Amino acid sequence: MPPPLQAHRLLISHRRLPTPARRRFSAVSSVQSPPAKTLAPGPATSSILSIRGSLLSGERTAAEITAEYLSRLRRTEPSVRSFIHVADSDAVREAEELDRRIASEGKDALGPLAGVLVGVKDNLCTANMPSTGGSRILEGYRPAYDATAVRRLREAGAIVVGKTNLDEFGMGSTTEGSAFQVTTNPWDESRVPGGSSGGSASAVSARQCVVSLGSDTGGSVRQPASFCGVVGLKPTYGRVSRFGLMAYASSLDVVGCFGSSVFDTATILSVVAGHDKMDSTSSSQNVPDYASELVPLDSLESKPLNGLRIGIIQETLGEGVDSGVASSIKAATSHLEQLGSVVSLPSFSLGLPAYYILASSEASSNLSRYDGIRYGRQVSADDLSELYGESRANGLGHEVKMRILMGTYALSAGYYDAYYKRAQQVRTLVQESFEDALKRFDILVSPAAPSAAYKIGEKINDPLAMYAGDIMTVNVNLAGLPALVVPCGFVEGGPAGLPVGLQMIGSPFSEEIAVCV
Amino acid sequence: MALTLLRGMRTPVLFRMNAGLFFTTLHRPSLARFTTRAESAQATEPKATPQSIQMAIKEAAEQKMQGFEAVIGIETHVQLSTVTKAFCSCPYNYGSQPNSTICPTCMGHPGMLPVLNEKVVECAVKLGLALNCEISMTSKFDRKQYFYPDLPKGYQISQFDIPIAKKGYIDLDLPMEFGGGHRKFGITRVHMEEDAGKLLHSDSGSYSQVDLNRAGVPLLEIVSEPDMRTGIEAAEYGAELQRIVRYLGVSNGNMQEGSLRCDVNVSVRPVGQSEFGTKILLHKEGQADQIVQETRLWDESSQKTFTMRKKEGLADYRYFPEPDLPEVVLNNDYIDEIHKSMPELPEAKRRRYENMGLSMQDVLFLANDDNVARFFDSTLEHGSDAKLAANWIMGDIAAYLKNEKLTIDEIKLSPLELSELIASIKNGTISGKIGKEASPYFVLILVELIANGGTVKAVIEEKDLVQV
Repeated sequence: MPPPLQAHRLLISHRRLPTPARRRFSAVSSVQSPPAKTLAPGPATSSILSIRGSLLSGERTAAEITAEYLSRLRRTEPSVRSFIHVADSDAVREAEELDRRIASEGKDALGPLAGVLVGVKDNLCTANMPSTGGSRILEGYRPAYDATAVRRLREAGAIVVGKTNLDEFGMGSTTEGSAFQVTTNPWDESRVPGGSSGGSASAVSARQCVVSLGSDTGGSVRQPASFCGVVGLKPTYGRVSRFGLMAYASSLDVVGCFGSSVFDTATILSVVAGHDKMDSTSSSQNVPDYASELVPLDSLESKPLNGLRIGIIQETLGEGVDSGVASSIKAATSHLEQLGSVVSLPSFSLGLPAYYILASSEASSNLSRYDGIRYGRQVSADDLSELYGESRANGLGHEVKMRILMGTYALSAGYYDAYYKRAQQVRTLVQESFEDALKRFDILVSPAAPSAAYKIGEKINDPLAMYAGDIMTVNVNLAGLPALVVPCGFVEGGPAGLPVGLQMIGSPFSEEIAVCV
Repeated sequence: MALTLLRGMRTPVLFRMNAGLFFTTLHRPSLARFTTRAESAQATEPKATPQSIQMAIKEAAEQKMQGFEAVIGIETHVQLSTVTKAFCSCPYNYGSQPNSTICPTCMGHPGMLPVLNEKVVECAVKLGLALNCEISMTSKFDRKQYFYPDLPKGYQISQFDIPIAKKGYIDLDLPMEFGGGHRKFGITRVHMEEDAGKLLHSDSGSYSQVDLNRAGVPLLEIVSEPDMRTGIEAAEYGAELQRIVRYLGVSNGNMQEGSLRCDVNVSVRPVGQSEFGTKILLHKEGQADQIVQETRLWDESSQKTFTMRKKEGLADYRYFPEPDLPEVVLNNDYIDEIHKSMPELPEAKRRRYENMGLSMQDVLFLANDDNVARFFDSTLEHGSDAKLAANWIMGDIAAYLKNEKLTIDEIKLSPLELSELIASIKNGTISGKIGKEASPYFVLILVELIANGGTVKAVIEEKDLVQV
């Protein structure tokens, strides 16, 4: 029987993480056991369940758990800088409130995410906290509503501990594009955590919160998950409501989640997924209980993955991909019972340019509303066009401006057919080639990024090189498919090695299969 | 009525220099000079003065004399009277306090998404059917992009290349005082879109304020073929559209409130030429003069148009399909159901009244006002003769309404009692002892009924008028 895969490697990654506080955390993981089907006896398989267990047994209070996370957060923030805003007093208050309810109502007070601290990417609206989208133009802006995903987490009992850093409006792959601060990778603070949901990934990686929400338009959840050695899930387009997510590219954006284990990530997905009447693009497909299908590794039969057809995407293991990454992927897939067959996706390389045209075009339109007139930062001027011009020039960052210009150009009269329309046609080709491959395979596999985390400042003056790093992830957004990234190995670099993530792509709404694998 | 509409319309006038695409879109004016379309279309619908009629006829005659004819097309925006806005659940009430019926969605806040109000589709299909259009079984929304303070998202959700209805026509009859005649004008398309907010400019001109109450209110845009040739035709087209939207109940069609706005595109060509476009217009002093493409504003007080903006190119709105809204997919059952629920339209009414033997003068008076038509039809239902009922309504009742400044649904006379009165006269219940001077008494009874209600029988008894 092959050595247990995911859990084992997760454990290794936990031990390697530099922060000493982690040792303390593993003590928590020896828990009472709920039904064997849903809990692995191995350590740290699910933080959510261990928190729940402690609260139920009375071993710890929500206030204690919150205090522990907050103290770790404060200790690590000066070097990691995951958070734009920390709502510590709110978190403490909510934890105390939860403890009071547990005392009076007992078990019934515990929602599925009771006492779980959550980080929320700052492009998701939170009513009681500033939501800046990582941009100066929204500095201090407070929305009137919670985003649907945030509201559902709160209704399940989660405690939102703060807003995490991101590349401005989701545009970027390093989090260096934030107007406020640069987040560092907990594995090596001279390196990027990835982007655009860099803060959400690093917060989970550094154990500043239990799980977090991000958004994925071209890989913004999966690539940072890979760089930071955590689990990242990009759901099918329409699986999770986009209401309250500051739109970047409306036909590509999804709300995604990070966790330190697949179980936790799956639990979050179950809570936030589902139809929302406030989002006309959200799907009415039934939401299964994703985590319930997960079986503890120790009790697995010897060939659990028998019958599952797994295909490795040929175009992702060749030229341009770091050799260390490629060998990690190959090693990971060789563990799977069925030796992964190689499948080719013919339109693979077309995806990147098509993505950038479509995303920039939609972004140029979605960001038109940031003009300083009704909310946000305004620069006063003598006439109207100066007002628009100055407010936007002052409030929007360099990368954002570049993409707005590109997008405006691509949509302009005379160019629409050559760029936008053409890109949509390429998109159809990409979708078809995935559909084709997914008829023959249940899961397609690739790295999440062509390299491990690179140094801060390395790509900042070379946007095309930065864009090229999205090659593994954008096609999935174009096709609207779900994808899960799990840590699968390490490469050389940094004090303890740099994590590498394995991406598993499924057919629409097949998240449960990916999760089980 | 037609003339008041003519005065009420803004008439930007575009003179074409070369044959080719006839229409250009009307552009949002620059901040400095302008009030919104609704405010400038401030027709309070006073009665047409004889002077204006003479002027219009003179104009038409002059044109003919010079051998030119006008080619007119009209774009109309109809504001729908749905309970909530097109893409959010805010209400809309004309005249509310500024910025009191708004929400983050119609204000274009971050993270907000539009959700289509299904009533808008229903109204669009109704209007499309009423205008004899082909209804598109699938249509989509597009974003029309430009920057202006009354447009919160920086784009307007509209329909560009696949409108919900197209290729229709409208039947109408010109008023008798202008020579009458039946006309049929083509309708190019009908599409759904959302309205923008309003700008209120300070008197000093040093600042302007944005009121977003109207942002997001559903509109239907109706584009006509350039089939009209005179101002009268254009005016009657507008009047008929107003009638139709009121009949259907999709809009109150009030120009003063901005519920109905017309933009008129005019070009001039020699009579007999089939292409559009102008060549040269002879100046008064006999000098040849070039005609320049431009947008002109109508000034209510001086009753003239003046140049607003010259040499407009086509604006680039960077249309692309709206990714936040799915396609609008209709099926035949849906359309049939709407068809069944539609009331009798003005054209059908006019033809029905014509078939009863009424004169065109009568037909137009009775059919063109929904309330009058209802009163008339109701009277007929109680058994009255059409011609007699028509005479009473158009004669003494109309006179009373005019004097007292009332509408027909505000008087106390009911159709039943009118039919009773007509019957009583016919079967001689009243005339008898009164003899030749009966008619003043009929009017007396009528006035009594109008003012105070009651029944014919009661009034007759009271006034002691029964035939002996």
